[in-house]
Amino acid sequence: MEETKKKEQQGSTHKIGIYLWIWGLLFVLSFFSYMVDWYQFQGMLRWSLILFFMFLKAGLIMAFFMHLFWERYALVNVLLWPMTAIACFIVLMAAEGQYTLFSRLFYFFVGGGQ
Amino acid sequence: MSEQKIVDYEFKPGFKGMAHDTGSDQTMFKGVHWGKAMMWIFLLSDTFVFSCFLISYMKGRASTPVEWPNPSEVFALDAFGVPVPLLLIALMTFVLITSSGTMALAVKYGYEKNKKMCGWLVLATAVGGLTFVGMQAYEWSKLIHEGVRPWENPFGAAQFGSFFFMITGFHGTHVSIGVIFLFIYAYKVFAGHYENGGKRGWFTTMRGDYVEIEILGLYWHFVDLVWVFIFAFFYLW
Repeated sequence: MEETKKKEQQGSTHKIGIYLWIWGLLFVLSFFSYMVDWYQFQGMLRWSLILFFMFLKAGLIMAFFMHLFWERYALVNVLLWPMTAIACFIVLMAAEGQYTLFSRLFYFFVGGGQ
Repeated sequence: MSEQKIVDYEFKPGFKGMAHDTGSDQTMFKGVHWGKAMMWIFLLSDTFVFSCFLISYMKGRASTPVEWPNPSEVFALDAFGVPVPLLLIALMTFVLITSSGTMALAVKYGYEKNKKMCGWLVLATAVGGLTFVGMQAYEWSKLIHEGVRPWENPFGAAQFGSFFFMITGFHGTHVSIGVIFLFIYAYKVFAGHYENGGKRGWFTTMRGDYVEIEILGLYWHFVDLVWVFIFAFFYLW
């Protein structure tokens, strides 16, 4: 029973204000990322803005809506370290994509250098 | 709570607690509801599935010599006779964020044992999810009508269709499953399955607890999280 009481206090420590704040922020950030398309920013500016708003939104959802900010470090680390594997995969496949594009252009359009 | 009290175990915060957790005997996340830990593991594996889809999309888009269709024009919608870029997608994003917010509040009220607020908020989340699925069905039928197929489309690179249907379809499936569960849990909250020590579940002898709403919330926020990435990479890029 003591355990139960402790849990209850833990669960209700977050005030409603923080959820409403994060909620509002998510709306504002979504609006901004939509504006990136609306004003047709191009090139590096477009990509960096998209990534910036995306990571900010993802971070807010994970940290506060999914409670990771208040979770024990063991869980946070179990969840976040595997993401480095995904990052490696992205780098590998980006290089692979470049090579595939090069091969297609070289053999299908240039003619294989004959 | 369905957890037992663990003898000689005290939770420590920070890195010390992490060392305790990873080095503890028998189980790792002591004191955490098993369902919550398993949901996190499931979401981790789901992250890998969605990552693979998005990475294959990146690779496919980067390696085609044919020009990629401009999503800003493909997903434009006529509002009062004027084509507005990405209008439907923006609305879908806002609907999903709204439902994510109601879910977060439902979890909060669940832990405060506020049955009414929790139930209504879970129901609101379900309605939001249903709206999202409806809008996605409209988007799909519109594109199919315009001639977009997994193997060809009138706008540009042929790969566009297959990636679009695969990624948004898999995400839509997640939303649909989430909506079904949200309706079930809205019923369970209103029926008082988590009150007075909890009622035993349909498939289990374990007693219900409001922690189940948090577990459901984790799934729902994850669906929203994936949409953030799809919105950025597929629609905006």
